Amino acid sequence: MRYPVLVEVRLRPDVADPQGATIERALPALGFTGIDGVRVGKAIRLTVEAVDEASARSEVEELCRRFLANPVIEDVEIKVG
Amino acid sequence: MTTVGVVLFPGSNCEHDVVEAVSALGADARILWHGDNRLGDVDAVIVPGGFAHGDYLRPGAIARFSPIMTALSEFAAMGGPVVGICNGFQVLTEAGLLPGALQKNRGLRFLCTTVEVCVETTESPLTSLASPGAVLRLPINHFEGNYTCDAATLDQLRADDRVVLRYLANPNGSADDIAAVCSAGRNVVGLMPHPERASDPLCGSEDGRVLLQSLLETARRSAAVTAGR
Repeated sequence: MRYPVLVEVRLRPDVADPQGATIERALPALGFTGIDGVRVGKAIRLTVEAVDEASARSEVEELCRRFLANPVIEDVEIKVG
Repeated sequence: MTTVGVVLFPGSNCEHDVVEAVSALGADARILWHGDNRLGDVDAVIVPGGFAHGDYLRPGAIARFSPIMTALSEFAAMGGPVVGICNGFQVLTEAGLLPGALQKNRGLRFLCTTVEVCVETTESPLTSLASPGAVLRLPINHFEGNYTCDAATLDQLRADDRVVLRYLANPNGSADDIAAVCSAGRNVVGLMPHPERASDPLCGSEDGRVLLQSLLETARRSAAVTAGR
């Protein structure tokens, strides 16, 4: 089976996000009020050949651990299917 | 003669400056192609600045998988002196040879300026000939130089005297004003400022010379140790 996967790489909550903060500061000037908690990350789409969804997920978890994210500053969320 | 290997990745752009600077100090410098899996007979390795592999994904994230990095890690594990400058520092953190990571600068500005840094320890291959507490004027040129690590790692770095250089006026948000750190074995050092660009009166500062001279002196001394490999 081929499984489409979406990996969201985001800065860990305790890591400052200057891009998110800059976007958030610009919002009032555009008339958007009441929006906060802006955080900027990356979305990576890929397709995995695997016997089942669980093994697709564990393959992508390993990929994230070794390459797609830097665990010092980043977390990932993996969506399979 | 002391031989320094300078790693060239696709996208490196400071390798010739480094070769020029260490050659002027009397060393034999040679470029090492990232696709080779041997360092050859070198006494020290410098990973220079630039944008290895276009900085795609994260600075250093792809460079760390280059074939030469395996040989470089083995050289470092044997105690060989290794210095990563700017993008080279980012490569060494991604490769796990140095702790922490380099985040986007606080303020989101690409910084191209001269800063002052203080020599915090002389127990490193980069500072062995410097005076403790000396203030050096060195150029910086980076977007991702904001040194970041968890609290436990920072405590460890301080306790082990592994902060090698600190900024006098923190330009980029780095934790604890850190401009350079060394490995637990002390032989691997990463720094964001560019000593090779402060190695001649024409550059506006010669303060980088003592750092490169320290590396060459360390390399000369460790050459005898690694000669038997």
